[in-house]
Amino acid sequence: MSMFRRQAGRYVATFAVDEVRVLRKVASEVVGLLTDGFDHTDPVVGRLFPAVYPQDAPGTAEFRRYTEGDLKTAKIDQAGAILAALPDDAGGEVRLDAEAAEAWLRALNDARLAMGVRLEIKDGTDLGEELDDAVADDPGSSRVFQLSVYAYLGYLQESLLNALID
Amino acid sequence: MGGMAAPQVAPVETPDTDEVPASDRQWVTIVWDDPVNLMTYVTWVFQKLFGYSRERAEQLMLDVHHKGRAVVSTGARERMEHDASQLHAYGLWATVDRS
Repeated sequence: MSMFRRQAGRYVATFAVDEVRVLRKVASEVVGLLTDGFDHTDPVVGRLFPAVYPQDAPGTAEFRRYTEGDLKTAKIDQAGAILAALPDDAGGEVRLDAEAAEAWLRALNDARLAMGVRLEIKDGTDLGEELDDAVADDPGSSRVFQLSVYAYLGYLQESLLNALID
Repeated sequence: MGGMAAPQVAPVETPDTDEVPASDRQWVTIVWDDPVNLMTYVTWVFQKLFGYSRERAEQLMLDVHHKGRAVVSTGARERMEHDASQLHAYGLWATVDRS
């Protein structure tokens, strides 16, 4: 697995072709979620665009009227920053400046939030145990793949964050 | 919440609250715990958005984690809505309420 490191003011990681494909897939899925049939009753959309006044639906609707367009654009742009920096369907190096690195951080977080809702990740969920259980059920299942990707994105996000903070 | 004993009576304040009339200073931005966001990421977002010291940001993150929620900023309603939408851009689960 690849890790980001800081190199001459840039944040650099070298990705294998499988990692590039996975990152392209998850970033595209986030863009898709925000563009095709955007639906507030979808729990993933509910998590990415939380009700700012949980007890006040009209207040929340008013807030959304003013902020949601910009928020959606920002989230699409940050997912786009991942797509823009990835090599074309091959392994290779990704070099990010500070601005792109922050966009990646936010986009990786959005992707993890979306997957976390779908995978029903709870406080205290032990990812290793979940993965073991899923593998025991069916090693070729979509859940095994999704859990692995979710774990991978967390690892990648943490490595980028550490490179930024250091 | 900031850890150190501060002399002033007022709790968490954004840098420009001095300019806000006391009557408007009655709203808060709350961040809620969620099982996905990394602790280091949440700390980083608090530092980045609010300019909090690492210690203060970490303490707020721990409050969110252990108590389920924490007030991260206090001020006029419009200001809190701005903070909440910024927090949403970073994927934190933020709401606005009266203090």
